[in-house]
Amino acid sequence: MYRYDQIDHQIAAERVAQYGDQVRRRLSGELAEDEFRILRLQNGLYMQVHAYMLRIAVPYGLINSAQMRKFAQIARKYDRGYGHFTTRQNIQFNWLKLEDTPDILAELATVGLHCNQTSGNCMRNITSDEYAGVARDEIVDPRPYAEMLRQWTTFHPEFAYLPRKFKFAISGGEQDRAAIAVHDIGLSVVRNPQGEVGFRVLVGGGLGRTPMLGTEICGFVPWQHVMTYVESIVRVYNQHGRRDNLYKARIKILVKALGIEEFRRQVEAEWQHSKDGPGTLTQAELDRVAAHFTAPAYATLPPHDAGVAELQAENKAFANWLQRNVKPHKIPGYAAVVLSLKKTGVAPGDATAQQIDAAAELADRFSFGELRISHMQNLVLADVKKSDLIALWEAATAHGMATPNINLLTDMICCPGGDFCALANARSIPLAKAIAERFDRLDFLHDIGDIELNMSGCMNACGHNSVGHIGVLGVDKDGSEWYQVSIGGAQGNDAAIGKVIGRAFSFQQVPEAIERLLQVYVRERLAGERFIDTVRRIGHEPFKEFVYATPIAENESLNGEAYALLPKGVSYDTPFYSPRF
Amino acid sequence: MDIIKNKAVVPDEWTILRPAPDEAAERVVVPAGKVIVPLKVWQAQHAGLGSRAELGVWLASDERPEAVQGELEKFAVIAVDFPRFTDGRGYTIAYLLRTRFGYRGELRAIGDVLRDQLFYMQRVGFDAFVPRADKDIHDALKGLGDFSEVYQASADRELPLFRRVQREAWLA
Ligand code: SF4
Repeated sequence: MYRYDQIDHQIAAERVAQYGDQVRRRLSGELAEDEFRILRLQNGLYMQVHAYMLRIAVPYGLINSAQMRKFAQIARKYDRGYGHFTTRQNIQFNWLKLEDTPDILAELATVGLHCNQTSGNCMRNITSDEYAGVARDEIVDPRPYAEMLRQWTTFHPEFAYLPRKFKFAISGGEQDRAAIAVHDIGLSVVRNPQGEVGFRVLVGGGLGRTPMLGTEICGFVPWQHVMTYVESIVRVYNQHGRRDNLYKARIKILVKALGIEEFRRQVEAEWQHSKDGPGTLTQAELDRVAAHFTAPAYATLPPHDAGVAELQAENKAFANWLQRNVKPHKIPGYAAVVLSLKKTGVAPGDATAQQIDAAAELADRFSFGELRISHMQNLVLADVKKSDLIALWEAATAHGMATPNINLLTDMICCPGGDFCALANARSIPLAKAIAERFDRLDFLHDIGDIELNMSGCMNACGHNSVGHIGVLGVDKDGSEWYQVSIGGAQGNDAAIGKVIGRAFSFQQVPEAIERLLQVYVRERLAGERFIDTVRRIGHEPFKEFVYATPIAENESLNGEAYALLPKGVSYDTPFYSPRF
Repeated sequence: MDIIKNKAVVPDEWTILRPAPDEAAERVVVPAGKVIVPLKVWQAQHAGLGSRAELGVWLASDERPEAVQGELEKFAVIAVDFPRFTDGRGYTIAYLLRTRFGYRGELRAIGDVLRDQLFYMQRVGFDAFVPRADKDIHDALKGLGDFSEVYQASADRELPLFRRVQREAWLA
């Protein structure tokens, strides 16, 4: 992975000093809160319901064990012993004091980490494929480009005060695993018929109040030109994006208002000035950066491991884990392993300091000391020998990170919601817990198979609800929390925005509504068909009809079906932590 | 009044003319002396103002630098107004004036100009700053030195870092 050179270190150190001074001036009153707010947001520092939350960048989701251990230290020293991994491959700490944040930044800098541009109306941390470099379908490794993009976006002087936040995602596989269609700019690495490397560029995707998929603005930008090309896009946006209405300020609204042809024309006209200019990437720079992402020293191994096959045959739990959490690798005898942070009863994406340390330890033992944060809020060890899988499974199990539920219903994406976030309409973590508890039956989950359940506590859609196969969105009606349910959303190559099925549900009704959606799926599915495929084939109507056919009682606890019986005496009265409710 | 110019606090004689928004541009009275007039006033009073020995013009954040493209040599100062420091359009205006239209004269940031934005402003081509009146100008000056190295090209650096410097190679 990328290691800082002297210059990166120097810039990071100067940033620590700059931020420390900003905090000092805030505390002394020299800086007013409304001036400081913008500065702290550009550093990922939010004032939440209870305390300050700090979002630390994990550029394109790639991290080493020393950096992971630093997170564990921060969790222990400054927070309440845990952290939260996010859909943008970052980590957040929820219980911080403003006075401590300069020290935290200084500690992060010692291991090459920072919080630059993890929030605010600027170019945000770049996300990518958690299987970059190891995926079998990879066309070109996107990481060197992601790193060059990271450097270009870092403290870009012209684009620090854009109309609204601006997110890049970059993917290098045939399958898009970086949700590029829902980013302001989505880049996928492609080869043209001559075999040259370039980027297909999507623009104007985004979630939030008006979810939209990105539109192709250019089918092939040669890699040397990608930086000047995206610069042209951002420059057009900085000048013409709306600044009068927060909800209409994203680039997607500009692209829609102008139409993609006109927007493209403006970008191309702008690009004529910088194309072939000094911003053009050089082979030497690509080579320098790419040298940081060379393959580790893989051993020559047989493609299968006899011990693994043996245990798989006799141990159901291990077999389930292999099936769900172990992913293919381009090198024979290796696998990528997902450490699940979606254990029932735990907020999706949360990890304790012990787990973070344990994950670092597992990375050192089994995966060349590196990890990835996935946008599904799990951890990935990308380079594990198959012969190590049993040892890894045992260790991961001991630390509660081997729940065999990757891509299953309980592998939910969930935002912090009303328990932490000041913007929320509704709680999402307790609802995730209620849903996980209701469907906490492995056979059932495995039978339902691949499904993405995404939940957000408000329109901002940090939990990607609009691209969930099932999406749950917290809405406010007369000051109380309600949830809209949508189906048919998807990320990846067949990205789609889900459609709301109808009237909103109360907190207690949501698990039953999901149950009913699943019942329709089980009734209608063809062999091998995933939930999303069934929705696409038969449409929304049958689902909608069944869900609303009979009222869902507020305290629905049994429904008489074989699925998801609720243990007697369990209710969904999860405590309200938040003073907002 | 003092301003920051060429990285120093210096006295300044220019007056920034800010007529009431409802005042018709052609009727605004431009006093004698060193005055920085709004773009609209310049456009409306071209004939009269054009003969002045020294004139400045300022652009609002929603105005376009192309508006003065062909007449840059007429101005001793061009200023760009930041109505709120979060309005980032002025950065692109400055960048275009410097790098695309070749403006070499004084480029001044006015309005909600604060210490923590000065470094970026300097990078896109501003060389003069009028920090907000309630702030300490000497404190604001420090903002210009926040970083000693940068990644990108802009108005201050023709080349991005990777073309300027031989960076250390990583040897695994
Ligand atoms: S979706 Fe809304 S409630 Fe959830 S974290 Fe984002 S802003 Fe907060």
